[in-house]
Amino acid sequence: MWRRHRVLIGATLVGLAAIGVLPMASPSIVTLLALILAKGVVVLGIIVLLQAGQVSFGHAMFFAAGAYAVAFYGRYVGVGDMLLYLVFGAVAGGVLGLIVGLFVVRYREIFFGMLNLAFSMVLWSLLEKMFHYTNGADGIRVARPALVGLTFTPDQFSYVLLYLSFAIAVAALFAVQRYLESPLGSMLRAIKSNETRLEYLGISARRVLLVGYVTSAVLAGLGGSLVAVIQQIATPEFAYWTKSGEFVFIAILGGTGHALGAFAGAAVFEFVRFYASAQLADAWQMILGFVLIAIILLAPAGLIGIVRRRSAGERSAA
Amino acid sequence: MNLTIVVLAALDGISYAALVFLVSVGLSLIFGVMRIVNVAHGSLYAYGAYAAATIGIAVAPISPWLTYPGLLLAAIGVGTILGGLLERFLLRLVYGRDEALQLLITFAVFMILDNLQRVIWGVQPIFAAAPLQLLPNISVLGVGYTSYQTLLLPGVAALTLIGLRYFLRHTLGGAVILAVTEDREAATAIGINPNRVFLRTFILGAILAALGGALASPTTSLLPGIGTEMIVLSFAVAATAGLGQIEGAAIAALMIGLARAFAIYTYPEFEVLVPYAIMVLVLLIRPQGLFGATRLRRI
Amino acid sequence: MRTGRRTFTGLLAAAAAVAIGGAPASAQDKPAELKIAITTFLSGPASVFGVPGKNAAEMIAEDINKKGGILGVPVKLSFIDEGAGGEALVSNYRRVVQDEKVDVTFASISSGSCNQLVPLAEDLKVMNLMWDCGASSILEAKKYRYNFRTQANATQEMMAVLIYLLKKKPDFKTIAVVNQDYAWGRESWEIFSTALKQLKPDVQVVGEFFPKFGAPDYSTEVSRLLALRPEVVLTTSWGGDLDTFVRQAGQRGLLRQSTFVLGIGETSLQRLGRDVPEGLIVGARGDHWFLHPEMKNKPEFKAFNEAFKARTGAWPIYPVYHMAQAFAALQAAYDKAGKAAGGKWPSREQVVDAMEGLTFQAWGRPVRLREDNQGIEAQLVGTTKRGEGYDFMVLDDMMIFDSTKLINPPNQKTGDWLKTLTPELIKLEVPVFKHGG
Repeated sequence: MWRRHRVLIGATLVGLAAIGVLPMASPSIVTLLALILAKGVVVLGIIVLLQAGQVSFGHAMFFAAGAYAVAFYGRYVGVGDMLLYLVFGAVAGGVLGLIVGLFVVRYREIFFGMLNLAFSMVLWSLLEKMFHYTNGADGIRVARPALVGLTFTPDQFSYVLLYLSFAIAVAALFAVQRYLESPLGSMLRAIKSNETRLEYLGISARRVLLVGYVTSAVLAGLGGSLVAVIQQIATPEFAYWTKSGEFVFIAILGGTGHALGAFAGAAVFEFVRFYASAQLADAWQMILGFVLIAIILLAPAGLIGIVRRRSAGERSAA
Repeated sequence: MNLTIVVLAALDGISYAALVFLVSVGLSLIFGVMRIVNVAHGSLYAYGAYAAATIGIAVAPISPWLTYPGLLLAAIGVGTILGGLLERFLLRLVYGRDEALQLLITFAVFMILDNLQRVIWGVQPIFAAAPLQLLPNISVLGVGYTSYQTLLLPGVAALTLIGLRYFLRHTLGGAVILAVTEDREAATAIGINPNRVFLRTFILGAILAALGGALASPTTSLLPGIGTEMIVLSFAVAATAGLGQIEGAAIAALMIGLARAFAIYTYPEFEVLVPYAIMVLVLLIRPQGLFGATRLRRI
Repeated sequence: MRTGRRTFTGLLAAAAAVAIGGAPASAQDKPAELKIAITTFLSGPASVFGVPGKNAAEMIAEDINKKGGILGVPVKLSFIDEGAGGEALVSNYRRVVQDEKVDVTFASISSGSCNQLVPLAEDLKVMNLMWDCGASSILEAKKYRYNFRTQANATQEMMAVLIYLLKKKPDFKTIAVVNQDYAWGRESWEIFSTALKQLKPDVQVVGEFFPKFGAPDYSTEVSRLLALRPEVVLTTSWGGDLDTFVRQAGQRGLLRQSTFVLGIGETSLQRLGRDVPEGLIVGARGDHWFLHPEMKNKPEFKAFNEAFKARTGAWPIYPVYHMAQAFAALQAAYDKAGKAAGGKWPSREQVVDAMEGLTFQAWGRPVRLREDNQGIEAQLVGTTKRGEGYDFMVLDDMMIFDSTKLINPPNQKTGDWLKTLTPELIKLEVPVFKHGG
């Protein structure tokens, strides 16, 4: 177990050190780190789909579904428990993922991408226009929940959220990496390389893709519910196409070859956005754009690819 | 619903459809030839609009009529320069690469252009209505319309459609583009240089997007974010029609424009939903779009 | 895995210790500077308010420092862009409060931002002056200790516009509304229409349009309104949206067909120039007007306006005056707290205490903070008119409303209070001022 998961366990330890040390330098970073972990969970789902060569330009809809599940619960039922919120978010993402998935897994490539985009824009316009239920463009506030019955001060809660996000991220990371290494993961990759051969083996490509699709939707819903609690709000922007683009962006930036890419990408993305918007006023978007172009042209395997190449180089040199 | 509403909504829908058509037909053309979904297409629309307003504000004191050639100049300038640079120095580097990467690189361009636009033109609303104010208003059933929106815009859209059809079907340049679209390998084998075709197509598509923006500029306040909305909208039209379908884009734009106008007259709350609802319905029934040919599955 | 869990609980305990550690300080030595963080729109459509607001803040801060600062301490400003989106806004707000330890924040312009930051300020125990956001609901939900609104809310603003309309045009029978689809657009119409039903029950609402925020085109709405022929068209839109709508309406004769009420049109007048006709009813979210009839002869007021015009190229608009009010409130609170602390530098908590029941004045009538931390601010409404020496429309027939009767009492929700109104309210005594008079 140690051997097989050397990389993941190493990364977990590095992450643990980061969330332990960084907040001492600057307390406000706690929330940023939690946000990075939560977004990483969503991007894990994008990476799953990219194994099958399918780009969803509408994945923000599941992210928004998770966030709004929490927001609606808070608005119509009352403040719930954090764990309940997470279950709700994951279920909302999963159920919507199953419904939409049943339609979209029939399609590939650009058609797959377009249909996802179309569904997500429908959800966005509903969230935007159903003012009396969704509070429209302003979104719904999410009050601070308790965690298994324990209540915290705002300051403590930001740490609780960080550790909780970390635990979820680690669990999701191991689960996804395991999924990708399983036969089901190989079949997913076969959709990209040669789908017909897969079907000759008597395997339904649609079913394989549907499993991957629902998995990724669950992850997006889970991440969405986390972000809603971290940000204390859910807005229609969560479902807008630029949000979907952002998730795909982070996946490519981090690298799709390994589940860890999701977190590497999210960390770089959020740090650039946060510090560039604090230091350089209005240039973070441009900086991120150039970073992305550089990655695509120079290191198409993403940040993870760069690390891997370097360590592979060291190993062969030794 | 009485006849007045039908007539008025139709006029509004057509003028809206004309602008959306110009932008989406460019997107569609580029995809048809190059198989790239250009996410930065909406930015070209925004730059066309801002460039037209800048030229318009500069030349209007000399003679307001100069703003008309200004519109055209802005569209051609933005399309040729920005489109040319993008294709030649960026997209050309990723042909044949993973589809996700091609899409993402245009997304990166969108982010850069969106940011650059705020740097160049600022964030305060810009308004340059000279071209629209020059033309008289017309009255339909007692309701005043500007002839710019009800006559000129649909006119330009119709001319564009006819011109594109003629170009693709009856000229050598068009035939070459069609040849590359149909079968790139065969086209290369008979001596067509696909890179040159790609460059020309991309510039043409970019000019169409910028023209849409330039023509829209007299009717609206120019603000950060005008391109972001246009990308999805033109995408919805192009996808509904079937990517690569020129005439289809015109019909899909009309469908979406009219549906939107009727929504405002009857259930205004559905205005935003309508284009995307149409897109979902069409794609669920015909993923290749209303007019797209069924593609054979690759083996 | 066991080690992992132990580390986790260890960290949790450490975190809790950190959280409990920081205790609030009492009266203390004077700091080197008084740090103020201001959230405002530097990008996006609302930067039409945000950028003038920022310019005003810089100008006022320079002026305060030139005069020796607040209680002898110079102020230092930092700005956060509300236009960068909710995530960046919240993380940056936490950064300035937790890392840079600012003394007070001014947040925000948009009610959406206020909704996010008001509870956060309460959590972080930092004094926050809601310097521009107007949604009434924010302060009705809960009694806050650290959050204060240094200007009116939507209720006072819409009530003033409505009563002005009813006084000027008492006999209209039909009205339509075109508002932006977000909290302000919806809430302002909710207040206006509910009150209208009470004050003049025979008016019929013939059209309600809520185009998307930032919509680039209103042609269809304009056609619809031209066909519906309402006597009055209300819009509380602003910025590029209002400019586009008013211009498209003007080009097609709608501004002449119906009486237009621009709920917060004061900020657009200079940009719209002579493109709009005379006779539009314009509100200003407070008694804000660079030719304020009761203030215009005061040399300080003139000097402020001219300095702002020289600095930015435009006359001040209401966000500028709102910013001035936030600074006036801050100055007054520190003066009061300093006196209470016997001339020593007051602690943060003492300053918060001093805000209670505070009255302060910037460039309009004095503003009073009520026990629910809501400001009671006079309201100026006028009608557009060509003005000698200005290349844009100025305000004429201005009424300045004392807002005391235009807002719900603190123990009653806006919605319930609106339903208790009677047509008597229209007879409210209000002074009228002519342009240049």
